[in-house]
Amino acid sequence: MTTAPHSKYSTPAIALHWLLALALLTSFAVGLYMADLPFSPQRLKLYNWHKWAGVTILALSVARLLWRLTHRPPAELPMPAWQARASHFTHGALYLLFFAVPLVGWAYSSAAGFPVVWFGVLPLPDFVPVSKALAEAIKPWHGALAWALAALAVLHVAGALKHHFIDRDGLLARMSPKRT
Amino acid sequence: MNSTLSLACSLLAAASLPALADQKLLPAQSEISFTSKQMGVPVDGKFRKFDAQVAFEPNKPEAAKIGFTVDLASATLGSAETDAELAKPDWFNTKLFPQAIFQSSGVKATGPGKFEVTGKLAIKSISHDVVVPVTLAQAGGQTTASGSFAIKRLDFKIGDGDWKDTSMVADAVQVKFKLVLSGVGPL
Repeated sequence: MTTAPHSKYSTPAIALHWLLALALLTSFAVGLYMADLPFSPQRLKLYNWHKWAGVTILALSVARLLWRLTHRPPAELPMPAWQARASHFTHGALYLLFFAVPLVGWAYSSAAGFPVVWFGVLPLPDFVPVSKALAEAIKPWHGALAWALAALAVLHVAGALKHHFIDRDGLLARMSPKRT
Repeated sequence: MNSTLSLACSLLAAASLPALADQKLLPAQSEISFTSKQMGVPVDGKFRKFDAQVAFEPNKPEAAKIGFTVDLASATLGSAETDAELAKPDWFNTKLFPQAIFQSSGVKATGPGKFEVTGKLAIKSISHDVVVPVTLAQAGGQTTASGSFAIKRLDFKIGDGDWKDTSMVADAVQVKFKLVLSGVGPL
């Protein structure tokens, strides 16, 4: 399949897409696993790794959003209007959650009295006060938003696969790490 | 005079001065807290129950006797889950060792309102020498003694077993106190 060069995302956009896909998937899996662990060094380690990963995702998402706003993505492929709308909505919601999920997790950690120290070296500010009641109120939102992000990611993948296997319109190649 | 005799003399002197036992700790206004580091994250805790036996007059610091007991089961990091963990054998083992005990062996003045208290701290029946700098401030007939000192948790087997790894929980633990006493003579 041939794809004109201008119909592909830029290299940084592709790199950030796949790096963040991997980071989000890993963090989500670790988050699910660690929550049920008994109190142990292993759990403490995973919680901190999860927080470091979350803050890294947040930082990379800022870079990604700035890149996206300053670089034109490839032209849209022809598709029914409702599919285009659904795709816009999904992408918008995904971007929103790239910020919301880590920020809410960070707030939960701060409220619970455990300030985030990025990679164990850089102490990050607390933007909410230490409060048990606040921590309890925030906690379910981190999980719920993470699940919402997971559901939208599944929808995103399903849409991409539909374009690839059913529409056969070459959409997947736009985000392929392979040079064309 | 040999040192044993001089110690005996000062003990006798201390025992014969009833005023020295008049100092009382006001627990409701006092605080003992500690800060440990978990993977670089400072985690604050405190003890809710402790008591002190203080015989101290600012003009005779060398005669002072300061005893302290801290109820280890009263330690809290702010969540029920971690507090239950602190009571377990790897941490404070509060069933076998309910109290941390400090007993001073010497007090000396180091400056105006400043003292250095030397003594033995026993936790989990392991005893180590500690030197505690104390600053005194007086107001309204009450004396506030404050200061902080560091201990090494592994010296006392606090966080044993799986928790020995100091890359997870740092060895150094900072202990901070603010003790309000009544009955201390003027500085």
